[in-house]
Amino acid sequence: MAANPMNQFNVYRIGPEIKLGNVDISFTNASLFMVISTIAILIVLNLGAKKKSLIPDKLQLLAELSYSFVSKMISDTAGTKAKPYFSFIFSLFMFVLFCNMFGMIPYSFTVTSHIIVTFVLAAFIFIGVTIIGFIKHGLGYLKLFVPSGVPMVLLPLIVVIEIISYLSRPISLSVRLFANMMAGHTMMKVFGGFVVSLGIVGGWLPLSFSVALTGLEILVAFLQAYVFAILTCIYLNDALNLHH
Amino acid sequence: MLKKIIIKFLFSFVLITKVQSAESGGMPQLNPEFWISQIVWLVITFGALYIILSKVILPKISDNLESRRSQILENIEIAEKQREESEDKIKEFDKIISNSKLEAKNLFNEARQKVLDDIDKKRSELEKNLEEEIEIAEKEIQNLNKSSAENIKKIATETSLGLIKQLIGEEINKENISTIVNDLTNNSKENRKNV
Repeated sequence: MAANPMNQFNVYRIGPEIKLGNVDISFTNASLFMVISTIAILIVLNLGAKKKSLIPDKLQLLAELSYSFVSKMISDTAGTKAKPYFSFIFSLFMFVLFCNMFGMIPYSFTVTSHIIVTFVLAAFIFIGVTIIGFIKHGLGYLKLFVPSGVPMVLLPLIVVIEIISYLSRPISLSVRLFANMMAGHTMMKVFGGFVVSLGIVGGWLPLSFSVALTGLEILVAFLQAYVFAILTCIYLNDALNLHH
Repeated sequence: MLKKIIIKFLFSFVLITKVQSAESGGMPQLNPEFWISQIVWLVITFGALYIILSKVILPKISDNLESRRSQILENIEIAEKQREESEDKIKEFDKIISNSKLEAKNLFNEARQKVLDDIDKKRSELEKNLEEEIEIAEKEIQNLNKSSAENIKKIATETSLGLIKQLIGEEINKENISTIVNDLTNNSKENRKNV
């Protein structure tokens, strides 16, 4: 019988157990793929940034295209005021994208399929955006919860809804990425299991599904990185421009 | 055979889920054993990524893009300038060409006029000369006409004198002879007229 489709998400220690006080911070397979993604991003972008030719070669084009892609995304959604946060959003986009893409390699580990990782990223964004909002607008940032043009009767209800929706941002942001990654990889594993269990006779159908799913998952890997980054931009836009 | 496969296909999922629940009982994601470790390594890797990207790599890419853009703008500017220059030159050349056309026309007209004038002048000069020469010739002819009669008479008188002297050895009055000659010539003239 096929292996458990959830086994691919198991985190296990690589090397010795590292303890900081009472806390276990051992190097795990998750840590390994975070490090691999980071180093891959740095190598690719550094090679792309090193050559300064007028007509770019492939790597330079890759670096410059991703730069202008994220730059355009930020200026489209959050305007020019968001320029100081470009580096952060660019790092975020590249990190999520590379973690997703490395997860597509068979037998690898998908960092972003763990709720704790995506939740820490989302919570950091949420707290950061809230702090930026209060720094820029003071208590006026609370006007975000009071949309203009709403009748007085509906206002208490709307404010409650707005506050709930604001507070649920980190959860929706993190669960969206985590659930997409986990569901896709589980599904691929299940179909892979079907291929093995149905053998040479009946395995072709799930195999073709598997092939199609691989393409779909690569699309989802890119799309979810994009969605994660663009939602960050939208939250940032709320904090910077406050026109609700 | 086919039925067996379909049943196997349908039930394999149930079997898998059964096995899964029997093995670990849920998602590894919700097992908090390595949560702290993941958070710590996420902070380390993402922090390092952010710092290196923002301090080292992104400024380089931005510089590249900026320098390329400025170079392209510069090139466009230069091209625009050169285009304007060439347009000016074309205008200048057009002007020169039209000027020279005009000049050539003027020169041609001038030369033509000159030649025509020259021809007129020469022709009138020639005509004048011809007239003069004709006049002179006519005068000469008249003179000749006038003087020839006298000369003939004179020669006739002298020859008659000489002849008479040789014939009769005597000098005769010249006037007599000349009157005779005059008469004779008149007679002959009349005879000729009569004839």
